[in-house]
Amino acid sequence: MDPRETKEEEVALSDLSQERPEAVEQEETPAKQGGTLGMSVENLSAFYGSFKAVTDVNIDLRPHTITALIGPSGCGKSTFIRCLNRLHEMIPEAYAKGCVKLGDQDIYAKNIDPVSIRRRIGMVFQKPNPFSKSIYENVAWGARINGYKGDMDELVERSLRRAALWDEVKDKLKKSGFDLSGGQQQRLVIARTLAVEPEVILMDEPASALDPVSTQKIEDTMAELKKRYTVVIVTHNMQQAARISDYTGFFYIENMGDPGQLWEFDETNKMFSSPDRKETEDYVTGRFG
Amino acid sequence: MATEHGTRNPQQDRSEQGGLFKTSTSGRHALDWLFLVLVFVATMIGLVVLAVLLVDIAVDGVPRLSWKFITSFPSVIPENSGIYPALLGSLWLVALTALISVPLGIGAAVYLEEYAADTWLTRFIEVNISNLAGVPSIIYGLLGLGIFVNLLPSVTSGESILSGALTLSLLILPIIIIATREALRTIPNAVREGGYALGATRWEVIRSHLLPMALPGALTGTILALSRAIGEAAPLIVVGAATYITFAPTGPLSNYSALPIQIFSWISQPQPGFQTAAAAGIVVLIVVLLLTNSVAVMLRNKYQKRV
Repeated sequence: MDPRETKEEEVALSDLSQERPEAVEQEETPAKQGGTLGMSVENLSAFYGSFKAVTDVNIDLRPHTITALIGPSGCGKSTFIRCLNRLHEMIPEAYAKGCVKLGDQDIYAKNIDPVSIRRRIGMVFQKPNPFSKSIYENVAWGARINGYKGDMDELVERSLRRAALWDEVKDKLKKSGFDLSGGQQQRLVIARTLAVEPEVILMDEPASALDPVSTQKIEDTMAELKKRYTVVIVTHNMQQAARISDYTGFFYIENMGDPGQLWEFDETNKMFSSPDRKETEDYVTGRFG
Repeated sequence: MATEHGTRNPQQDRSEQGGLFKTSTSGRHALDWLFLVLVFVATMIGLVVLAVLLVDIAVDGVPRLSWKFITSFPSVIPENSGIYPALLGSLWLVALTALISVPLGIGAAVYLEEYAADTWLTRFIEVNISNLAGVPSIIYGLLGLGIFVNLLPSVTSGESILSGALTLSLLILPIIIIATREALRTIPNAVREGGYALGATRWEVIRSHLLPMALPGALTGTILALSRAIGEAAPLIVVGAATYITFAPTGPLSNYSALPIQIFSWISQPQPGFQTAAAAGIVVLIVVLLLTNSVAVMLRNKYQKRV
């Protein structure tokens, strides 16, 4: 089942690339057969006007892994992750400097269309934000505007299955997206993100607004997602980071008003048992947070 | 009970937690109730005055209403006077004004709210739109006279319904823009971000999500705006609406009259027959107003349910 499904994805993906020739002049590297792309970040700094919020981040996000970004509030984790899909620059006067590569391509290159990048790097936000449309439309809309020409019913079902939501909503696809519980809404958001066939999925504290049962369901979903995608998750919940991630990055600010930086980055096991730096150890052991 | 700190009224602090709170709340409830009465009376004053006005008009005007009244032309004989050309003129004006001002107003609001950067120019425009909403309507009449009647007779045929509709559109445009902007502002940013995060362009997010969500608010503003337009007389007279007309308008470029103008014209006559005709005219005007509003309310409800 899996290799066939991936083949369908690949065909549909190249259809999507062809549908919008005007969007990207550089040739886009489609997902490799059965694989997805990772990202690498070099010297990324993010600004809000004249205020530097994040400084010189260097990080490698390997394909088919879950990377957790942890750290105290206000250290620039959300700002950083929003630079990965070029959403940060949509805030007035905000901008980012540095190099962010999806596969081999610098997504901040001059000839890259941010709109097409955002399809390939999806994002799930802290507070579930389904559209005020039906469940079906929520999932289908993104695919439709990106020119999806395949069987929409099938895409919607596939996306909802991958988000572990299909069984709960298959009889009420016409109902409003808001008719669902918080945890279901968040999985709906995941489903619509999957519907546009991204390569990387960014999650900014996706379960922090949810109850423990929903959180568990989201975490189970993430474990499945990493088989097809690369996942980056910002979380305040250290146990969650330890449970589900392969790599962990710790963000830290030395003094108030300083920009946040990536203090340490390593495999999760190491980060939580014997990190290199003192501040990391203090944080993961709960001495501050 | 300790009395070192002066006498304490046992009545006051008999509560279990002790302290200096007054236990009796009857005074506070009395004030609460008084306030309720006052705001209720305020509401009633407005409603009662409106009801008295409407009943008075209805008593005078409804008996005069007839199919003949609606389909006749004005005449020097009060009993033969009818409202036909003025009614058609008003309907033409409302339709044309809506057609011109609604797309312009919503478009301007979308630009100002979603596309324009926060520069001094944008803020300057915003402030002035609010000011324009308060400019007396006769000034718009003078503007319309200068531009649409005198400067552009090749387009508008001078003193035509088109000139009147364009003038009224300018008049109500600020109201529509402000209402639509407010409606767009209440949409949380999370909706926009959700759209952008899927690789949508700004227009795709606006068209699919923001406009449907803002439409109820925008339509409410449009209702208010069009109601104002239906009732305007002064600016229309300035741009050449007739106070006495014996033919029905033939199209957007035709001469015309309007309901408020006809009513005013009749009221100014001494004969009591014309006073009655004016009352009947007012009833017709109110009916037209209610019909226009119900169309807009129906549209608004349709979009609220869909969303």
